[in-house]
Amino acid sequence: MLQGWIQIAVFCAITVACVPLLGGYMAKVFSGQRVFLTPVLRRPERLIHRLLRVDPERSQSWKGYAGSLVVFSALSWLALYVILRTQTLHPFNPGGFHSGTWDLSFNTASSFVTNTNWQFYGGETTLTDFSQMAGLAVQNFLSAAVGITVVIVLIRGIASRRSGAGADDGLGVFFVDLTRTLLYVLLPLSIVVGLALVSQGVLQTLGGSVDFHTLNGTASSLFRGPVASQEAIKVLGTNGGGFFNVNSAMPLENPNQLSNWIEMFSMLIIPASLPYTYGRMVGSRRQGWAIFSAMAILLVVSVAVVYVAESHGTPAQHLAGLTGGNMEGKEQRYGIANSSLFTALTTVMSCGAVNSALESLTGIGGLVPMANLSYSETVFGGVGAGLYTMLLYVLLAVFIGGLMVGRTPEYLGKKIEAREIKLVSLAVIFTPLIVLVFTALALSTKYGAPSIFNPGPQGFSETLYAYLSQANNNGSAWAGYTGYVQPTAGNLGASGISFADLMGGFAMLLGRFVPIVLVLAIAGTLVRKRVTPVGLGTLRTDTPTFVGMNVFVVVLIGALTFFPALLLGPVVQGLTDHLF
Amino acid sequence: MNIDVLRQSLVKLDPRVALHNPVMFVVEVGAALSTGAFVLGGGSDPRWFTGVIAIWLWLTVVFANLSEAIAEGRGRARAASLRAMRADTTATLRDGSQRPASQLTRGDVVVVDAGEVIPGDGTVIEGIASVDESAITGESAPVIRESGGDRSAVTGGTRVLSDHLVIEITQEPGQSFLDRMIALVEGAARRKTPNEIALNILLASLTLIFLVVVVTLKPVASFAGTDISMTTLIALLVALIPTTIGALLSAIGIAGMDRLVRRNVLALSGRAVEASGDVDVLLLDKTGTITLGNRQASELIPMPGVSELELAEAAQLSSLADETPEGRSIVVLAKGYGLRERQLTDEFAFVPFTAQTRMSGADMDGTRLRKGAADAIVAWVGDEGGRVPPELQGEVDRVGREGGTPLAVARDSQVLGVIYLKDTVKEGMAARFEQLRAMGIRTVMVTGDNRLTAAKIAAEAGVDDFLAEATPERKLELIKAEQAEGRLVAMTGDGTNDAPALAQADVGVAMNTGTQAAREAGNMVDLDSNPTKLIEIVEVGKQLLITRGALTTFSIANDVAKYFAILPAIFVGAWGVGSLSKLNVMGLGTPQSAIISAIVFNAVVIPMLVPLALRGVRYRALGATALLRRNLLLYGVGGLIAPFIGIKLIDLVVHNVLGA
Repeated sequence: MLQGWIQIAVFCAITVACVPLLGGYMAKVFSGQRVFLTPVLRRPERLIHRLLRVDPERSQSWKGYAGSLVVFSALSWLALYVILRTQTLHPFNPGGFHSGTWDLSFNTASSFVTNTNWQFYGGETTLTDFSQMAGLAVQNFLSAAVGITVVIVLIRGIASRRSGAGADDGLGVFFVDLTRTLLYVLLPLSIVVGLALVSQGVLQTLGGSVDFHTLNGTASSLFRGPVASQEAIKVLGTNGGGFFNVNSAMPLENPNQLSNWIEMFSMLIIPASLPYTYGRMVGSRRQGWAIFSAMAILLVVSVAVVYVAESHGTPAQHLAGLTGGNMEGKEQRYGIANSSLFTALTTVMSCGAVNSALESLTGIGGLVPMANLSYSETVFGGVGAGLYTMLLYVLLAVFIGGLMVGRTPEYLGKKIEAREIKLVSLAVIFTPLIVLVFTALALSTKYGAPSIFNPGPQGFSETLYAYLSQANNNGSAWAGYTGYVQPTAGNLGASGISFADLMGGFAMLLGRFVPIVLVLAIAGTLVRKRVTPVGLGTLRTDTPTFVGMNVFVVVLIGALTFFPALLLGPVVQGLTDHLF
Repeated sequence: MNIDVLRQSLVKLDPRVALHNPVMFVVEVGAALSTGAFVLGGGSDPRWFTGVIAIWLWLTVVFANLSEAIAEGRGRARAASLRAMRADTTATLRDGSQRPASQLTRGDVVVVDAGEVIPGDGTVIEGIASVDESAITGESAPVIRESGGDRSAVTGGTRVLSDHLVIEITQEPGQSFLDRMIALVEGAARRKTPNEIALNILLASLTLIFLVVVVTLKPVASFAGTDISMTTLIALLVALIPTTIGALLSAIGIAGMDRLVRRNVLALSGRAVEASGDVDVLLLDKTGTITLGNRQASELIPMPGVSELELAEAAQLSSLADETPEGRSIVVLAKGYGLRERQLTDEFAFVPFTAQTRMSGADMDGTRLRKGAADAIVAWVGDEGGRVPPELQGEVDRVGREGGTPLAVARDSQVLGVIYLKDTVKEGMAARFEQLRAMGIRTVMVTGDNRLTAAKIAAEAGVDDFLAEATPERKLELIKAEQAEGRLVAMTGDGTNDAPALAQADVGVAMNTGTQAAREAGNMVDLDSNPTKLIEIVEVGKQLLITRGALTTFSIANDVAKYFAILPAIFVGAWGVGSLSKLNVMGLGTPQSAIISAIVFNAVVIPMLVPLALRGVRYRALGATALLRRNLLLYGVGGLIAPFIGIKLIDLVVHNVLGA
């Protein structure tokens, strides 16, 4: 086990070392400063501005920004939906696939536009290479960039030091930020990571499937496709939607320990660097590290609990006389440590890529991914989304903590008053609210029943997890919850389960865009706030005490909301030797 | 606690009243529903269980109302005694006509003789008299009220003891200081403060999410093969929503105002009390606040070519009509030179001090005598065409350096010399300011003295900064400048001069002895007229916020233990394995006793915390981080642990003794 701990520690150390590099780089990119890529990218950037007819100098109001973002996302959604529904017309369709059903396509389009990448479909058996490349991979880039733009606007709102600004609030221009994110951050990183993955043997081809005979002589075929290019942005953009149905457990998508590390690192690096970017942009690196620390504490606890629980096995295993850890649903080539680390990372980070089967985790081990989702992607979270959600919790912690030091609360000099608390509270409770309501509907109506494969707590867990994952835009699944029934590859004769597809789709859309609009509104009110200078009596938000307060608020509000549900799912299983 | 408080807490059960407090409204609805379930009977729960839960839910609401009623009751006694003073008097107007006091309007001029009660708030326009203000201030020693100057305001309901006064009424009927005071101490004029509104939104949001948690638990649990009764769900909901802070929130606010009233400070709005906790800069008048105020003339320094006697004579003459303590001390010092008081001729005309000229003096028999701040005298002599001896600045600087106040004396165009006024800093001020610094509050001493004097005293008193040669305009500028940088400014003041600055400051405390203009400009009135009280006001403001934050944290942290009490009880049959009973870490007797214990704890914690809510969490002048750590440990971690113990103890009674 020691070896496993060492691997986990080394991985964390490498990431922390890289945080200032990427974080500092992004701070420069989003403050419009010159970076080493500027000479190469300035021309295409200006060209895009001209094509989109945007003026980078004229900042939008929060409403204008939100409007552009929502309209852009709606158009993205429509484009993706049309692509998914017209597969028979596609080039690059070596398998001759038909289109998926309307309800499945609704779910999938919502899934990729919201950076969720929830997959009711199996990629290699339902989608043409064109859908994968022009549909999903494009949205992997765009949805990730949208998340980053939102947090950048919130940072600008908090960092703004000019009070009572007029029409120009300095919040930025949506299309300018979007272009910068794509050109300067996501594309270059994806190229590097994509090539690194190819070097490790990840597939990259348009050659279609190959037929082969297995060792016992049966004919079989191996699906292939442009995997590496999609894999890179899948992890970098915390999207998580695998080319293959089994995601990163598939050898052609994640062949070895090194590729596994590259994928884990790529998942973590942007969300982990954004707090540093934040610190730089608000003019205090300590503020950034404070948020980073709160996130890191929760991540380390998650990893440790999964690893210990999985190494320990289950009561049922012990009863059957089995010793050693729980290897069910794990790949031998990663082992327990790297599977546990991957699991903790992908669920805190709202990525949703998996390299092991979550539904096969031990009871307590399975508690962790669920608990992580219940914190609403505050712990590093999705690119952009994680930090902006964490900042909402920081504002809550500031409000309660600020009262406890005897001042009306203020964060970085900006007073947190009724309007901010209204928006913050709404944004914080909204996602848990839809998770609870949708799960209850799925469990108690006859329309929900066909989706639930397993009986008992496992069936409950997979249902709860499905809505936790979709509403929080994570995308990983507790397999068993079904939205699409496909007898043979290629969508012929397949049928969607409309209830699950629609509920899931709405959970993703609401869970993504309602908080985004609220966050932009918060940025809009914060940007106009007068700044109170810092004094001795001001609550400092860059101290270990405040980090503790922050963790306290995240855990308490997350845990309190889902505590009853978690008891009925993973905890029940963890406490009994009964097999369900 | 008396019958009235109990009655009040039942009256507040009216749903229309309860609706103002969303958290307690939910509890009340829950109580009504479970009462309904008890009356109708049926369901899976034993009937006694439903009954007990219903009773304790009603008690929870009553306890909440009780806390508010107790807080209000403390003010009510005071209001009653004030109301007695308002007993209708008849006013005599200057033209001799009589009118009931309640019909006086702004601008009426009344005459009040010794022994009579002043019929309304106003400004003395003629006369000087001693007035007994004990009814509103509690201070039995009579105070002097006179026309002109900074002691001209009188309050309706106070009694003239000697002489008589002519008063111009400055209030509209029914809006006297006394009326406002009664409304304030009773809490009738209470509106939710901005921070209270923000906190209420947070509490309502938490209530909403827990409501959804509990409502969705029903189908979730039945999927797990266990049925949860409505009564149990209501009990769980009430246990989870932040009832502790919800119940005490308004009591905390009322008690905060009341604590100020007890310190003889009237806050004219709750907003001002809240703002006082945020104050960054405190403007303190030097005289009376930092120094003893009675500066004594201790030395006469003549200019070359002027005899000490000549200077003493001029100083004495210019001060004869000057009733300030400084003026009197000059006369006393001059007596030491063998100068006796003399008969004043008709030619004598006193020139009073004004904030603009910063001089006073006298005109007699064609000579004009002036004394005042050195720069003011220099300017005056210059205007008169005289020459200022070069030695003057040296002497003035010396006096200033030694911490004294130099007053220059001039006769017509000649500067005669300097009077050395000694100023003593009050004891313990340095420690006080040290405390304020630890709170993060900067103190600025405001004085009319010149820079050198001001610097010396500022250093001695330990203030952070000073404003020398202050005029009302400069004071106002200073406040605006601080505010422009985002700071909150508090100040005290009494004179009409101070009114603009008092109005501009975020927290303006007017002295009750001051003028009517000052009293109207400020948002607080200090009945004791004690400028150092600003420090206590700040503490009360901070306490108010800390108490809210601490009880909110406590309330939320409590939920963990309540979950551990109630969930194992209601999930006992989940999935038919019973493994969740391992989570009954408190070892509570039965599912019913567990739920009852959690609800009883939830209810009784409210009256147990009432004393804390009324008294306020003690404020310590620690740094903000240390304070947060302390309160987080006390109310956060404490709030996690305490209910485990409390619920277990209650269960011992409920289960082991009562057999539930």
